[in-house]
Amino acid sequence: MGEPQVRSGWPLYEVFLRGKRGLNHVHVGSLHAADPEMALHHARDLYTRRNEGVSIWVVASTDITASSPDEKDPFFAPSGDKVYRHPTFYEIPDDVPHM
Amino acid sequence: MTKDEFTVYEGLGTDAEDHRWAFGTGFTDPLEGIDTSVPDGVDPDALATYCLMLGDDALVYSHRLQQWITRMPELEEETALANIALDLLGQARLLLARAGRAEGAGRGEDQLAFFRDENEFRNVRLAETVDADFAELTGRLLIFSAWRLALFGQLTGSADPVLAAIAAKGVKELSYHREYAAEWVVRLGDGTALSHAKMRAALEAIWPMVDELFRTDAVIAMLPGVAADPATLRGEVDEVLGTVLAAAGLDRPDRAPMAAVAGQTGREGVHTEAFGYLLAELQSVARAHPGATW
Amino acid sequence: MRDDVVPTMMAEKQAGGMVAMTAHPDEMTDDLAAHFDDTLGHDRRIEPRDWMPDAYRATMIRQIAQHAHSEIIGMQPEGNWITRAPSLRRKAILIAKVQDEAGHGMYLYSAAETLGADRADLTDKLISGRQKYSSIFNYPTLNYADVGVIGWLVDGAAICNQVPLCRSSYGPYARAMVRICKEESFHQRQGYELLMTMMRGTASQRAMAQDATNRFWWPSLMMFGPPDDQSPNTAQSMAWGIKRHTNDELRQRFVDMTVPQADKLGVTLPDPDLTWNAESGHYDFGAVDWDEFMAVVKGNGPCNAQRVARRQSAHDEGTWVREAASAHAAKRGDT
Repeated sequence: MGEPQVRSGWPLYEVFLRGKRGLNHVHVGSLHAADPEMALHHARDLYTRRNEGVSIWVVASTDITASSPDEKDPFFAPSGDKVYRHPTFYEIPDDVPHM
Repeated sequence: MTKDEFTVYEGLGTDAEDHRWAFGTGFTDPLEGIDTSVPDGVDPDALATYCLMLGDDALVYSHRLQQWITRMPELEEETALANIALDLLGQARLLLARAGRAEGAGRGEDQLAFFRDENEFRNVRLAETVDADFAELTGRLLIFSAWRLALFGQLTGSADPVLAAIAAKGVKELSYHREYAAEWVVRLGDGTALSHAKMRAALEAIWPMVDELFRTDAVIAMLPGVAADPATLRGEVDEVLGTVLAAAGLDRPDRAPMAAVAGQTGREGVHTEAFGYLLAELQSVARAHPGATW
Repeated sequence: MRDDVVPTMMAEKQAGGMVAMTAHPDEMTDDLAAHFDDTLGHDRRIEPRDWMPDAYRATMIRQIAQHAHSEIIGMQPEGNWITRAPSLRRKAILIAKVQDEAGHGMYLYSAAETLGADRADLTDKLISGRQKYSSIFNYPTLNYADVGVIGWLVDGAAICNQVPLCRSSYGPYARAMVRICKEESFHQRQGYELLMTMMRGTASQRAMAQDATNRFWWPSLMMFGPPDDQSPNTAQSMAWGIKRHTNDELRQRFVDMTVPQADKLGVTLPDPDLTWNAESGHYDFGAVDWDEFMAVVKGNGPCNAQRVARRQSAHDEGTWVREAASAHAAKRGDT
């Protein structure tokens, strides 16, 4: 399958987040979007699950110039704003092993 | 990775003690601390009916959006769509619960969602029709969100504290939905010749159902200070749609409103033929096991 | 600057700064290979800009991509029950779960792209059958209990496979897996809780749960892949830190964890040969039907054609939408 005449592939954007208690933006991954606004929307949906108070930067991958990086991303917790995301909401008997 | 770093990762794969931390904090119950009894002087049956209207709009429209899951044009749109469908489902649950409480007959959200018949549902017909393509999906979403956002904006001042709280939460969600839809209508209207044609056709197909959104209902008059009169929303909604359509390079369609049936439409429980199939799907499993707990 | 270095760097810049290097002048390769081996030997991560053998890169792309495809295809069997969910709470849970799966697929495609793969190309390979997805998703979901059983057994098996991958040698993959594992353990609880509710419910609910278990038990065991003596790639994968345990090891671990869970639920696992072996400290279990597994992997399972067709039609029908978005962005001068 060859390249279509009209480009239908969306470019890659890298996503950086700073959480509410974070000190700086952290690279969390990438996504595809047709334009920067879409990239921001998608980053909110995909990487923050629309948690408020998270600052998002999206940068087109082609705009990044990299050297040998220190790739030790700090752990970033995905957020949930819906009650059923909390396992404590579920009654599972204490004696069910491995769960 | 050093041993210490690895330990952090290792703990996450197994049963972590602090579940709440692992899945994010701050689920807030919008009704926390709110008195849920029906306020003095408010007609409980009218309040119940009104909440069913708003709840059914969200429940039924969420169902149509859910039918798009795994069919979206790009994976990122799947998460966006699921968010919107979930938000509306959440609004429906709160509103149906409020309706049941006001009615006072012991019907909860599930009893109302799964065990009412077609003519007891009070959603507008815009909420129940199928989207033929992505242009209709985004066009309908724009209109529905702009309208509902204007409505909820007024309801934040409702004399029913529960409705006011539901509206306050919903306003944030609906702003997001409207923005998402508006951006897509503009992209499609001002994209390729093909997308422009499809967006124009989509609006033409949807437009006949817009007028119904602004009809005043008898129930509204029975809930002064509690309900918002849809007729008062028209100006705000027209302005929003006008701005978006202009940016999209699209003309406002000129279509006659979809006719009523014996003077009745969705708000009176008179729906389209598609609605029966929608309910059959939505209710089938629950009705196959009446009395079951899920 | 040497001629053969310059084109490589140009290709890399066009692809974006995050891409892994592979082709490199010969005399530097020995040093880089030694560094690569040393990194693996110390159980440290390989990152996108590190040198890696072509075969490692290709294998990693394939593994990550097939994992991503599995998440995306996996949305379908569970998505099948969203509109018919029998309570609004269950409906909300299921929508969120399927949404998580879309998210997981995207995290994984993102990791694959750091190796120089292109998502559109990976999608083509999925649709054309050149890359695969987990065979479990080629089975139909036939009653609402299937949703619970997928959470309990399928996500349970996936967790067994995936927790070790949090220590994958490739950094972006390991980090994606950490995020995914947390969410998947939540999904497993949700599924199990649904089954507990059903097993404490009506006779018809209990029958549904047992029926779902009967249909998904053996396919869940097949998720761990063929037996070790039929898996030629295992040794190399383990040397490269791509695989941390063998198929049989993980399969046994899954059985040992799951049997007590089944007992608690009150469902019977459909294996008359399943017995506790006090000597080995493990459960002995019956023979997996590897003919069925091979048939499904080759494309002849109950739902293969349907799953791929759905993915293909969403992709094809979405072409005009994606093109419109690109055209609009170009008009605005964003690209």
